[in-house]
This record gives sequence, structure tokens and C-alpha cells, in this order.
Amino acid sequence: MDFLNALVAFANFVFVPGLAYGAQLAIGALGVTMIYGILRFSNFAHGDTMAFGTAMTIIATNMLLAVGITFGPLPTALLALPVGIGMTILLVLAIDWLIYKFYRDQKAKPVILVIVSMGVMFVMNGVVRFIIGVDDIRFADGERFIITAREFRDMTGLREGLAIKTTQAITVVVAVIAVALLFWFLNKTRTGKSMRAFSDNEDLALLSGINPDWVVKVTWMIVAALATTAGVLYGLDKSFKAFTYFQLLLPIFAAAIVGGLGNPLGAIAGGFVIAFSEVTITYAWKKVLVYLMPESLEPDGLVQLLSTDYKFAVSFAILIIVLLFKPTGLFKGQSV
Amino acid sequence: MNPAIKNPLLFALVGCLILGTGLIQGWNTALLILNMGLISAIMALGVNLQWGFAGLFNIGVMGFVALGGLATVLISMPPVGEAWAAGGLQVILGLIAGAATIAAAIFAQRRFLGRSRTFITLGVLIVGFFTFRAVFDPGVAAVEAVNPAATGYLGGLGLPVLLAWPVGGLLAAGAAWIIGKTALGLRSDYLAIATLGIAEIIIAIMKNEDWLGRGVKNVIGLPRPVPFEVDLQSDPVFVERAVSLGLDPVTASTLYTKLAYGVLFAIVLIILLWLAQRALNSPWGRMMRAIRDNEVAAEAMGKDVTARHLQIFILGSAICGIAGAMMTTLDGQLTPGTYQPLRFTFLVWVMVIVGGSGNNFGAVLGGMLIWWLWVMVEPLGLGLMNFIASGLPDGSNLKDTLIDGAAHMRLLTMGLILLLVLRFSPRGLIPER
Repeated sequence: MDFLNALVAFANFVFVPGLAYGAQLAIGALGVTMIYGILRFSNFAHGDTMAFGTAMTIIATNMLLAVGITFGPLPTALLALPVGIGMTILLVLAIDWLIYKFYRDQKAKPVILVIVSMGVMFVMNGVVRFIIGVDDIRFADGERFIITAREFRDMTGLREGLAIKTTQAITVVVAVIAVALLFWFLNKTRTGKSMRAFSDNEDLALLSGINPDWVVKVTWMIVAALATTAGVLYGLDKSFKAFTYFQLLLPIFAAAIVGGLGNPLGAIAGGFVIAFSEVTITYAWKKVLVYLMPESLEPDGLVQLLSTDYKFAVSFAILIIVLLFKPTGLFKGQSV
Repeated sequence: MNPAIKNPLLFALVGCLILGTGLIQGWNTALLILNMGLISAIMALGVNLQWGFAGLFNIGVMGFVALGGLATVLISMPPVGEAWAAGGLQVILGLIAGAATIAAAIFAQRRFLGRSRTFITLGVLIVGFFTFRAVFDPGVAAVEAVNPAATGYLGGLGLPVLLAWPVGGLLAAGAAWIIGKTALGLRSDYLAIATLGIAEIIIAIMKNEDWLGRGVKNVIGLPRPVPFEVDLQSDPVFVERAVSLGLDPVTASTLYTKLAYGVLFAIVLIILLWLAQRALNSPWGRMMRAIRDNEVAAEAMGKDVTARHLQIFILGSAICGIAGAMMTTLDGQLTPGTYQPLRFTFLVWVMVIVGGSGNNFGAVLGGMLIWWLWVMVEPLGLGLMNFIASGLPDGSNLKDTLIDGAAHMRLLTMGLILLLVLRFSPRGLIPER
């Protein structure tokens, strides 16, 4: 019985990675949920919006590095992030003006908008591949670790090490800042309040003189900022690949739906629910259990509930379970 | 224009495109495009049944196509006797234990009430899961240990490969039944995400369960319904005939096999198209469209909307499964790593929307036309890029970017076509009547 070592092993392999992944999913899901709340459709192009924002940030990072600017121990990509966000805002505003506006004016059914977003997804996917290619790109520089497993072991004398990557810490810090900003904006500013009003009851909002065009524009800007941030954080933590970002669509949607589509608080909760269930169910628990169980009872196998390749299955199973028992999500979301 | 003139003209256009490809790039390429076009048309028919007839938003086409492919392996490959002896029975027992667990959990959900229901269901699931793993895992390990480089799986039934096509449909239908039972009550957006997720899970299973279809090690050398080229070339009668037609025997044999596939696929397509047309114009088809256009009114008229949705979801998925089995037969191998949602789900959707949702002929046209484009965009794009960049000096950065970019033109073009059709001709090339 060695409780401390078990706790450290748990923190190292489950809690810290889960926390970072959850924060990335939460920011991604916030974007999906905002589009759903205000524009009232599921945006299938969200993964590719993330990919586009990240691609732009990578290009800006490379330019900064080329002129010799770095961010000291932190990744340079954080300096380049505003550029990426700006480019993504321009792109989504252009797409909205060129494509979505037409269907909004027609009051098209939500499902038509979903199909339109499928077309946008194809185009953006092509554009991103055109710009940056299909390869795996690592763009995290600066210090790799805040604390490495060896330093931790030397410091505490425990057998297990706890490694915290810089990118993991940055993810959590940036996520907290982004979420705080978003909630401040939605709850305190005039535009934010009108957005919430528009999401709650469109007709009533229009009646009280809220300008729908402005609300939609601000929504797209916020979504572009969130998507780029989520994409860059994910890319820093793991790596950038256009196809992976497209596949992130599934856990992100699962997070948004589990939390309740249209509910920002729900999106954050959903992100962490999905991330922690993915990590806990696909983690080989032997490493933790070895410390908790008497030697005679030590498990033979890896005590892995499901192989890591089934992480999609996990997010999906959580999604189905929540939908069957709480059809509007954990927090009350909207339904069309 | 009068549809009676326009529609045959559109089909003639697709025919000309394929003939043109044959004249310029060679008949082998043209026949390849034609064969995959026929398969794509069948997939589009399946999606059209779900979306065009009933308004069901299924974006899990890839999963059903992959299941069809799996059926080809399970039906046509010879069984691996050693593997069956090593752990086949145990694997089957494990699967039965898993299925029994789920059945018991559903039973507990229905039978008990209140808090005891939650605990009993959870208890059943946890005990069942560990029993399943305890029985299943050693069996899998034993099966996969049998000559992993060549087999390492249970193999199939060793039956004729053509039988795999209907079986592929059945397999997809079975999966669709399970999915429909859980997900069809959900709203359209949720159904979309649910199907997208299930397709990914099906692919994940096919990639990782080596005992079933060798996973990413792929199954190659599937039996074929048509003769091998090599056999034809050594057959004196065939060679003589080829020479009398003025063809070199090697080319003649490749063309012959491709044509044979084409004829088989065309027969399947015509049967399915005929059935779909009959369904569309029957009372059943009218009921489906009535449900699609107004669920509440249809329900008020006494139609069981959920049951009808389940029915058409299963039928449409079965058609996708048949197409998947045909595709794997044509490829001669099962490669789970190549199934991608953009290619097997969203592209089929582009076919249906461009062709005209709700119209079977539209779906067939869309399938053939979009497939031709999908194949041809890359060479055409490369030509275009070379033309644009021709003024630039060799080795310039922009020139390289442009020419490399041609490879990614496909997705861009498909997206643009989808957006343009949705904007300017939302009912597609051959609209629903």
C-alpha cells in the first residue's frame, strides 16, 4: 500500500493529460455551442476552422522565428496567436457574408445550413491542405517541461515521477483566461447581453431593437477566436495535422451535446466529462493499482478497460447515455 | 427545359465524359471510373432513400460501406482451421457473453424501477463486462497467435464471393437496426453526430480486431467473381479472339475483366434502381414523403413515424452495405485504414445533393458524375496549375506551391460544387417530381 505513489502516478498519467485535453475540448465545444445557440445549426466546419486558425498561427510563428523573435521559455506560437485569430475572423466573416447569410435571409431549415456547413468543411479542408500540406507539424518551442519526471522524483524521493509539460500548463491557463473573458463578455457587456437575448428568444430580441446582423458578426468573431485558440492549444500539446483536426469534430460535438447544445457552461463541463472518460477508460490502470493493492492481489494484465484506439467509442458511448437519460444534456440546452 | 429531354441529355453527358476519358487516357482508366461510378451510384441510391425519401440525416455511410467490405472477407475467404481450433469457440462464447450482458442490461432497465434499476443495470454491466473480457481476451490472443504474418484471424466461410454482396447488405442492415433503435428517436442534429460517431467506431473495430478481419494488416487476395487476367492470357481461345479483334492479349484481358465487373455492377444497380423507383411510386413511398414533409400531420393520420424511420434507415444502410461489399470485391482486398469520412460519407452526400435528392435517377447521375470529377479533378487541376504557373521561372516558390497544391484541389472542388448547387439549384440536377 503506497498511497502517495499511486496518487502521483494517477496525476501524471490521467489527471494532468485529461485536464489539458478537457480544456482544449471545452474551448472547441464553446465555439460549436455558440454557433448553435445564435445561428441555430450544427457547424460541421468547426474542426476545419480550428485547423485554418492553427495553420495561420503556424505561418505567423515561422515568420516571427525567421526574424529572430521568440517568447523566451514560452512557445512563440502564443505571440502569433492574435495574428491567427485575426485571419480566421476575416475568413469566417467572409464565409458568412458569401454563404450563410443567403440561407439566413431565406429562413432556411437548420438541416440545410448543416449541409451547407458540410460544403464549407470541404472547401476549408482543401484550403488548409493547400496552404500547409498534410504532414504532421510540431510547432511548440521554448521549454518543454515545467517539471520533468526525474526532477520530481529527485525533489520528492517518490518512485513515481510527475511530468508537467509547458504546453499543458499553458493550455489550462489560456483556457481559464478565454473562458473568463467570454463569460464576462456575455454577462456584462451590452453586446453580450443582446447575444444571450437573441439566443433565448429571437423574435423577442428583434422586437426590442437588437440588431441581428451585429449579433451574428460578433458571434462569428468570438467563434473564430475560440476555434483558433483551441486549435493552437491542441497543436502545441500534441501536433498539427489537418486530418486530426477534422476528426476532433466528434469529441467536440459530443462535449457540446453532453453539456447541452447552446449552453456555454455545459460546453465546458461536457469537454471535461468527455476528456476524463476517454483518458480513464483507455488508461492501463496497472501502474496505479500496483501501489494500492497488496502484492498478492496485484493484477496480471494491464487493467485497461478498452484499448486506446477506442477513444472515439468512449466519447460516443457517453454521448448516447446522456442523450437517452437527459435528452437536452447535463445542463439544460436548447432543442430545435 | 422539358425533363424528358433534359434528363437523358444529362446521362448522355456523363456517358460522353467517360467515353472522352477512354479516348484520351485509355480504356482501362475509363472502365475503372465507370465501375467505381456504378458503385458510387448505388451508395448514392442508399443515401437518397434515407435523405431524399425520409429526410433522415445519416452521415455514417462510411461505417455501412466498411461493414459490407467486412462481409466480403467473412463470406469468401477460406476458414483458418488452426485458428478455429485454437480459440474460435472461445471468441464466439465471449461475443455471446457480451451480447447477453447488453440484453440483460436492457431487460433490467425495463423490468425494474427507481434507484434499484440503476444499481442492477450497473451491476449487470460491470459483471458482464469483466466476464466478457475474461472469456474473450484469451480466445483472441490464441487466434491472433496462429501464423500472424499470413493469417492470425478466423478467416471466412469459403463461399462464393457474389454471395457476400447480399450478406454485406444484411450485415449493414443489422448494424443499422441497432443504431436506429438507439439513435432514431433523437433530433436530426443528434442523429447526425450519432451516425458519424458510429461510423468511426465501426472503422476502429475493423482496424483493431485482428481476429475478425486482420485489422490494419489487411486481407489481400480475395476471391473474384470474374476470371484472372493471367488465366485469360494463357487461354488459347481467348488469345485467338483478342487477336482477331486486333487487340493485344494483355490489354484485352484487363479490359475483359473490368467489363465483366461493370456488367455485374450494372445489373445490381438496375435491380436496385427498379426497386427504389417502385418504392418511390408506391403508397409506401408517398407515406414516406408525407412523413418527411410533415411528421406531425403524418402521425395524426395514424402513421408510426419512428417505425417507418427505422425501416427506411435499415433499407438505405443495407444498400450502402451492398455497395461496400461490391467495392471490396472490385479492389480484391480489405484495407480498413483507407476508409475516410470525407471520401465515403461526405462525398456520397455531395453526389446525392448535386444529383437531386428525392429522385433516384438524380442520385445515380450524381454518383457517376461526381465520381468522374473526383478522379479527374487531380489531373485537370495539375494541368490548370501548370498553365497558371507557366509564366513563372522554374524552382520559384510560388510555382512549387501551386503545383503541389493541385493534389488538394479535390476537396476544394467538391466543396465548391456542393455550395454552388445548394445556392443556385438547391433541388439538384434532376429535381424531385
